[in-house]
Amino acid sequence: MSAPATDLAAAVRSGTQRARDVVEERLADIEARDPELHAFLLVLGDDARVAADAVDAAVAAGDDPGPLSGIPVVLKDNLCVRGTPTTCGSRILDGWRPPYTATVVERVKRAGGIVLGKTNLDEFAMGSSTENSAFGPTRNPHDVSRVPGGSSGGSAAAVAAGFGLLGLGSDTGGSIRQPAALCGVVGVKPTYGMVSRYGLVAFASSLDQIGPFATTVEDAARLLDVIAGPDPFDSTCIPDVPPALEPTLRDGVAGLRIGIIEELTDVDGVQQEVRAAVEAAAAALEAAGATVERVSVPSTVYGLSAYYLIAPAEASSNLARYDGVRYGLRVEAEDVATMNAATRAAGFGPEVKRRIMLGTYALSAGYYDAYYGQAQRIRTLIIRDLARVYESCDALLSPTSPTVAFEVGARTADPLTMYLSDVCTIPSNLAGHAAMSVPWGTGAENLPVGVQVLAPALGEPVMFRVAQALEEAAP
Amino acid sequence: MAEPITREEVEHVARLARLALTPEEVERLTGELGVILDHAGDVSALDLGDVEPTAHPLPLVNVLRADEVRPTLDRDEVLAAAPDAEDGRFRVPRILDAP
Amino acid sequence: MTDYQPTIGLEVHCELSTATKLFCGCPNEFGAEPNTNVCPVCLGLPGSLPVLNATTVEFALRLAEALSFNVPERSIFARKNYFYPDMPKDYQVSQYEDPILADGVLDVAGTTIRIERAHLEEDTGKSQHIGGGGRIHGADHSLIDYNRAGVPLMEIVSRPDITSAEQARGYATELRSVLLAIGVSDVKMEEGSMRVDANVSVRPVGATGELGTKVEVKNMNSIRSLGRAIDHEIERQIAALEAGERIVQETRHWDEADGTTHGMRSKEGSSDYRYFPEPDLLPVAPTEEQRARVRGSLPELPAARRARLVAEWGLAEHDARVLVDVPGLAVLAEAAVVALSAGTPKGGTPKDVANWCTGEVLAYLNESGLSAEVLPLAPDGLAELVGLVADGTLSRGLAKDVLDEALREPKRPKQIVEERGLAQVSDEGELAAVVDAVIAANAETVESYRSGDDKARKKKRGFLMGEAMKATKGQGNPQLLNRLLDERLSG
Repeated sequence: MSAPATDLAAAVRSGTQRARDVVEERLADIEARDPELHAFLLVLGDDARVAADAVDAAVAAGDDPGPLSGIPVVLKDNLCVRGTPTTCGSRILDGWRPPYTATVVERVKRAGGIVLGKTNLDEFAMGSSTENSAFGPTRNPHDVSRVPGGSSGGSAAAVAAGFGLLGLGSDTGGSIRQPAALCGVVGVKPTYGMVSRYGLVAFASSLDQIGPFATTVEDAARLLDVIAGPDPFDSTCIPDVPPALEPTLRDGVAGLRIGIIEELTDVDGVQQEVRAAVEAAAAALEAAGATVERVSVPSTVYGLSAYYLIAPAEASSNLARYDGVRYGLRVEAEDVATMNAATRAAGFGPEVKRRIMLGTYALSAGYYDAYYGQAQRIRTLIIRDLARVYESCDALLSPTSPTVAFEVGARTADPLTMYLSDVCTIPSNLAGHAAMSVPWGTGAENLPVGVQVLAPALGEPVMFRVAQALEEAAP
Repeated sequence: MAEPITREEVEHVARLARLALTPEEVERLTGELGVILDHAGDVSALDLGDVEPTAHPLPLVNVLRADEVRPTLDRDEVLAAAPDAEDGRFRVPRILDAP
Repeated sequence: MTDYQPTIGLEVHCELSTATKLFCGCPNEFGAEPNTNVCPVCLGLPGSLPVLNATTVEFALRLAEALSFNVPERSIFARKNYFYPDMPKDYQVSQYEDPILADGVLDVAGTTIRIERAHLEEDTGKSQHIGGGGRIHGADHSLIDYNRAGVPLMEIVSRPDITSAEQARGYATELRSVLLAIGVSDVKMEEGSMRVDANVSVRPVGATGELGTKVEVKNMNSIRSLGRAIDHEIERQIAALEAGERIVQETRHWDEADGTTHGMRSKEGSSDYRYFPEPDLLPVAPTEEQRARVRGSLPELPAARRARLVAEWGLAEHDARVLVDVPGLAVLAEAAVVALSAGTPKGGTPKDVANWCTGEVLAYLNESGLSAEVLPLAPDGLAELVGLVADGTLSRGLAKDVLDEALREPKRPKQIVEERGLAQVSDEGELAAVVDAVIAANAETVESYRSGDDKARKKKRGFLMGEAMKATKGQGNPQLLNRLLDERLSG
């Protein structure tokens, strides 16, 4: 099976393929087809050419530019790149150029990756469709009348469309995995602390993780191996260097014990084809030598409510800094407090305001214990339930998204219907565990379906083995 | 069933969050937040008295760095982003209340 | 008329003297060009994250040893959320329910004052208000410098055990001495590296149970100011209660210029800081090894040092206190005492050294604003001076002059004595000639002396002695002159 990114890096490193040629091709393709898809907020053509030339020069000089040599990579626009506009899909940061670069981006560049541009997202990563971007939605490459999912819709679409071979997104409640499922690509949320968050504009600090998009599991593993590992600038990083994923990727699933999470697979609103995909995936794993059983993780039913208290609470604090004083938008006023309030009113979209209000309320005097405090206890229950299940299972399966891609505008009227998109992905964020979405063919109307593989914290090696087996068996 | 959140509470929260809301927004948010909090009510109703809250998924402690100077940012680059600057400092309109 | 007793609690914020800020590697220094000691972390730029400075934990453990604090197994950082332009993140990372230190004590002149807690937090930036005479009210706009944002602070909160302004001053002074002695802060109130806020309430003498409504008083920039502000606030509250008014719980601003406290315009209700555990930082769990290491490396604390100087040097308690309280002065004195026995000339006592230090040296420090560490006068220079007086080379009066110069110029006292020819004259023959000349020149006064009453005799004798000293340009050995004069006058 080919892995386009991995293969390309090999070709570039061996001198049989010039990075510059790849970049020119990609840029031309983006120019032709992105106007319709709007995956990009900013294309960094000149920078990409310079980077590609440097890779080619290094190869010509007999040096090795690294494991991502010449691979075109796209970055979600909540990752800071020095001197480059980083908007987080919001008017409040329109035009802001960070004076520093995110750790993960430094690692991608040092490994020879070529950054093609910044991709679209729901504003401040809050959303499940990319319709909350202040700069217009991104379209699903499989059907442009539909959403690509969110919040990392731009990166998912860009990789699905072939603009980039690899992408980086962020996942707080499913924002990598759900768009990956809707766009038919691989999307990974690593264990919390596996990847440095330094330079990722924070949404919910105890839930956010940066992770890879790719068209194959092997390519995703390649990118994750590059970006993972401790960072002295992020206190919440796991201090040990994780084992590389590629060496054990094809070890197979014989003898592994897989559990299908009942509460997520049988949940209300799961489309028939999605449920069928999970069942078929399970059957494939059994055929490959794994044992499969249904398991119950009861507290996951409270996951959505807990998430929609914790995430907005942390976000309300993380987004307080956008006050018009030091950077970004400022709406002038006679006094600073009025200026703050007017700036934030003008700069934030409705979903962000909604979550800031919800989060502020959940933390406020008299309500902290009933809302935020309780939600943190639900977290403990979910961690305990999963720990119990992992005593008899090595990995778990569930749908990634209850549905395939929905139409643009279909869920914007009622925030709650949008929130339901995350019901299967949220538990892994709350627990800090690893999870990823693997494409499993298409459903009705030829729309991609994704299957979610879950593993305990630091369970990436097992998770990727299962994912690789699924990819090999997928329709 | 009592309203999960009132208009007055929404206005108070907006003040805490330094968000200037229009009357329409206050109206709409009162409804929307009410619905969301109603669902969140299934969490607050649970009896979880003896369950410890999880603030961090990681069981780490004592993450420290050495007390050593690192490069600072160039002031020009920092102030270039400022909506208004004067004398090497960030300029803001008058502050009415001390914190 | 009711008699009232005050209840006072003090909150001290001290800036820790680490090389870098609490959560980033920016230099922790006073007086740099605005916004030059900043980085993404202390500016709170989007995507930035805090990483805790290990030395601040060590400093907290030193404080724990010095003030017998309990060190809980783990402490947690929390976000205190509020909007203000000098706060880059519009929340301050502090500690709330789980501070790093709890339940300490400080002995203030024999009374134990309990300290409820001490915790770490980050300092804010500095705002300068333009157009309103420098004050917030009436200003046109403000300018913000974030150099100070992120500087590590230790907030130390006493229990309301303090019962007078004087005791409050004593607490602040002693705490300051301790912080200085353990090397965690340079505690300069005038530079803001130590700030003291007071919580003051009053209630009728003898009342038990609930305390009166407390008022927070801020903006005292010296220990003296602290005392004045508390005294004023106590009076204000008593007067209000006597007039039948209720005390409003509020924050009041001390105005040094007019000597009163002013209520600040308060918002509706008290602030809701929405504290929650800081998700970007992990708990701090000091180990027994760390604590043992700190215990072993702690210097002598002020109370112990004072007691030792009283015992070893025979100093009065008050003088020992002055010596130990003034930064660097005790170090100078102790080093000089060591040099006393080693140098030439030998002679003089530790008490002599202490007297010079608490007298002329301290006066010079106060007048010049310098600190003892930067004086040109070296400890062995001071010892030399003491020796010169002890062996009679220098009269005490002239020694003052010599010291004056030695405090300002890097010259040894011996050198100054030589240059200015100030060696004391102790030649009996020479002095006898001087006395004879004075007596001859002042025959009338001598007559008045011989025929006057005790009071007159004292006065006349003093005049004659003064003339003799003048004639020797102050260098006459006073004891000798006295004896010679007495001999002449009685004969």
